[in-house]
Amino acid sequence: MQTKFFGYRRENGRVGIRNHVVILPLDDLSNAACEAVANNIKGVLAIPHAYGRLQFGKDLDLHFRTLIGAGCNPNVAAVVVIGIEPQWTNKIVEGIASTGKPVFGFSIEQNGDLNTIAAASRKAKELLQWATELPRTECDVKELVVSTKCGESDTTSGIATNPTVGNAYDKLYEQGSTLIFGETTELTGGEHLVLERCINDEVRADFQKYFDRYAKVIDDHKTSDLSDSQPTKGNIEGGLTTIEEKALGNIQKIGRKAPVVGCLDLAEAPTSNGLWFMDSSSAAAEMVTLCAAAGAVVHFFPTGQGNIIGNPLLPVIKLCSNPRTLRTMEEHFDVDVSGLVRREINMDEAGDKLLEMMISTCNGRLTAAEALGHREFIMTRLYESA
Amino acid sequence: MAIDFLVHEAADGVGVVVVEGLKANQEITGWIMKEDQTIKIKILNDIPIGHKVALKDFATSDTVIKYNTDIGKVVAPIKKGEHLHVHNVKTKRW
Repeated sequence: MQTKFFGYRRENGRVGIRNHVVILPLDDLSNAACEAVANNIKGVLAIPHAYGRLQFGKDLDLHFRTLIGAGCNPNVAAVVVIGIEPQWTNKIVEGIASTGKPVFGFSIEQNGDLNTIAAASRKAKELLQWATELPRTECDVKELVVSTKCGESDTTSGIATNPTVGNAYDKLYEQGSTLIFGETTELTGGEHLVLERCINDEVRADFQKYFDRYAKVIDDHKTSDLSDSQPTKGNIEGGLTTIEEKALGNIQKIGRKAPVVGCLDLAEAPTSNGLWFMDSSSAAAEMVTLCAAAGAVVHFFPTGQGNIIGNPLLPVIKLCSNPRTLRTMEEHFDVDVSGLVRREINMDEAGDKLLEMMISTCNGRLTAAEALGHREFIMTRLYESA
Repeated sequence: MAIDFLVHEAADGVGVVVVEGLKANQEITGWIMKEDQTIKIKILNDIPIGHKVALKDFATSDTVIKYNTDIGKVVAPIKKGEHLHVHNVKTKRW
């Protein structure tokens, strides 16, 4: 396999494949100013989101970890943070500054939107012109953090598309890449298979703790057997019948070779290479946003019925093997592995096809989701605001 | 040979249809992927792409095996060749 590509090596040595200057709101109130800056300065990227007021405890920690992680992502060259007030704004700025990349904060109280937008726009222009002079340099796939999550799965996901990701994960593991998977409750029915893959008893106990915690969330809040939401209506239309069947297909994405070297809290960054489990929602936009915050720079997204998700920071490579889906919504897919269900190609060839698209994407090719403007940045919440 | 449905392993009680437009009473051809065997079965219902065909008779409360693993319980009797889905199989977990 091809192991070299041209990416961006950041101040802290981490490798990215995109070169965004991000205008990051601390809170819901600051979205308008961020979007105004992105309208003034062509080529910067505002990431509006819905939260950031009156959160507390672990939920607030997760809010900061997600926003700081997003700013720290190696696909980001520089950041302008805008918040309603300076203290929490500065907390985000300081978190991102730990990477060594340029980051500047602006706050709205005692300035108003218009003065804030003017000052932040001037800084954004300066950062954009600086960033667009940065050269791509040769990097190796072992320097990549790759994540995966499937969506609107069907039976072809478990047969062909998810095993294609598994084949690519096996090959990337052998190259020394860092790999993330998650979707805690969507492992229900196959959790024993993940436990078997954990590298030692400590990691096994950690995984069990995360799995049991999330299972309790379901038990505490469910009003039925969840068959009205999990599997989703799309999953059922695609032929998936139970959560167990869905989970056994899901788990194909982690391949056969890599042991699970550790478990991560939501939006927590891996600390070494190898395969990591991250506790996470199975809702696509939430999970992919958590992967972006954990530092993933390229994402494999297998789908059966056609989940169309993208992310502003993390390029989402979409693959599919369902002939009907590929025919009816082909503009959403980067890799067609329907040859697997027709017995025209084998799994090794399908994995190579995905890895070739990964290298192209790392070299700068826009994914279907990027070209179509999918920028779903969705924060995970743990409970209500105070 | 063109394949109409796939089976993960010989131990599985279901196959997955991977072509469109299969009609009741058709004889269809399947490939058991792990053991690399070809099988044929007559289907008793129309079965859409992605949906499952029962490869044996099931009684209520039987376990359905796919990936050589338990994927749920039978809640209404299913004959070999019938469409197996949410109307006759439910999760054991939630």
